[in-house]
Amino acid sequence: MTGAHVMVAQLTAAQNFGPQAARDLWWLIIVKTVVVFAFLVVTTLLMIWAERRVVARMQQRIGPNRVGPQGLLQSLFDGIKLALKEDIIPSAADKAVFILAPILSAIPAFMAFAMIPFGPTVSIAGRHTNLQLTDLSVAVLFILAMSSMGIYGIVLGGWSSGSTYPLLGGVRSAAQMVSYEIAMGLSFVGVFLYTGTLSTSGIVDAQAHRWILLEALPSFIIYAIAMVGETNRAPFDLPEGETELVGGFHTEYSSLKFALFFLAEYINMVTVSALMTTLFLGGWRAPWPISLWASANTGWWPLLWFVIKIGIVLFVFIWLRGTLPRFRYDQFMKFGWKVLIPVNLIWIVIEAALKMTSRTGTFVVVGIAVALVLIAAYMAEALQERNRRLAEIDAEEAAERPFDPFAGGFPIPPMPGQQLPTQRPVPVGVATSGHEITGSLPRDFSGDFTSDTISDDDIDDIDDLDDLDDVNGGETDEPDGGRS
Amino acid sequence: MVFSYVPVLALFLLAGGFAVFSIIAGRLSGPRRYNRAKYDAYECGIEPTPQPIGGGRFPVKYYLTAMLFIVFDIEIIFLYPWAVAFAQKGGATVFLFVEMVLFIVTVFIAYVYVWRRGGLEWD
Repeated sequence: MTGAHVMVAQLTAAQNFGPQAARDLWWLIIVKTVVVFAFLVVTTLLMIWAERRVVARMQQRIGPNRVGPQGLLQSLFDGIKLALKEDIIPSAADKAVFILAPILSAIPAFMAFAMIPFGPTVSIAGRHTNLQLTDLSVAVLFILAMSSMGIYGIVLGGWSSGSTYPLLGGVRSAAQMVSYEIAMGLSFVGVFLYTGTLSTSGIVDAQAHRWILLEALPSFIIYAIAMVGETNRAPFDLPEGETELVGGFHTEYSSLKFALFFLAEYINMVTVSALMTTLFLGGWRAPWPISLWASANTGWWPLLWFVIKIGIVLFVFIWLRGTLPRFRYDQFMKFGWKVLIPVNLIWIVIEAALKMTSRTGTFVVVGIAVALVLIAAYMAEALQERNRRLAEIDAEEAAERPFDPFAGGFPIPPMPGQQLPTQRPVPVGVATSGHEITGSLPRDFSGDFTSDTISDDDIDDIDDLDDLDDVNGGETDEPDGGRS
Repeated sequence: MVFSYVPVLALFLLAGGFAVFSIIAGRLSGPRRYNRAKYDAYECGIEPTPQPIGGGRFPVKYYLTAMLFIVFDIEIIFLYPWAVAFAQKGGATVFLFVEMVLFIVTVFIAYVYVWRRGGLEWD
């Protein structure tokens, strides 16, 4: 090895791993922990403000602009206001769990961020350290675990409130997050197939030349959808759909307990955005035109690229909320289970096959691809056939049944293919002939008798009647029923 | 390696301390004016529906979703080490590939079965 080689090797080592975090000193750990914590809290405050301002602009409003310059301090003062509000624990609540739930929700939200690399190795007060709290070899798994733990807070919060809306919101939220966590976890497989590591810093290093976004576009798209579902954000904000569930799982929460849930929700958003940046968008590495500048990926600069990238992803979150209407719950679950998961699995196989191509003959890959397409085609065919049969059966049944416009107790229009009965019940004729009918109509009034069974005498009789109950018997049953 | 978890522990303590502090502070800083209606469950102003103890029974759909989640989560856990091994030098062999395709197809059959039996339908 020549001297130049050694130097290059040392340089790369210093840039990428440094002295491998050289066991940070205790004060460095504390400083980094506090910085990460502060970063999350401040980002949350800014994010809430940005969201309100941006959504306001999208809706032709101004948004909060009174507290601080451009309203920047709005969320801080909202937090202070929340602290000064009464802390209510409903009498029906399970007190211990009710108090525990917001804590359970907030802690994992903070902890997931320990794995996110903010930048390369830098020098702080003469010591080399990674701009990352800790560099685990199972970092992505840890983040997934933390996001699963966060669900506990939501479910327990909804359950312990002893109230209908929070319970429904909590259960919905759990089912939703659990479903989209699978899509999210599967989309990571596409990333690991390229990086060969679960360590976040390793994944960033693997993107030195090209973002994984370009290598595994389907994984990226699935992750982008799943992360919105996972964070319960519009258009997937069903657990707190205001029109359906008031506030969802946190309906009964007030004061700083509510603030903790709110904080956790926004931190989760920041976390999934940072994870997207790390896994797909090159992490802290400078984007292409800037990366031509030699020192773009050294020192403190990467921190800037990283924050800008997170900001862009967060902006998309806001944008989605300002643009899209809420999904219906069954559509949402159907999308997660029937589209995202199978597409994801098929993509994993294709990606692995592509990766193998360089080594083995293309024919293996082509054969497998053809087999997969055939299986998919067969399944689609079978499904279509089944749906067609079901539709036929439905149509037949509908055709056989005579249409009764009053079947549900009130008049309804006919479905396509159904015919309105041509013969009119009596009261229409009576009404057009200028007679007034008062009193309530009996339930079995319609359908039974038709105009040709009623003579003019009957109509005269009706004039005399106070009680229309008698009309049915106008010709046969009880001739004198109503008159007596 | 245990050392790597020390910063995680530090963040846990900081976040936990913050959360506990917030809850205690919220109890202390707010006013306390008793009003029976205020402590009722919120239902848009009407008398709240009585709740069964422990939340009562959930629709069975949610249990089904939980079961399916476990099945697929385990699949994911198997896929991760495979993906890492597959991506490493010399890992992308036909054997490794076919092995995982067989595994994915096995789970996929169960998935198709659930789909056809209507297990993925929400109404």
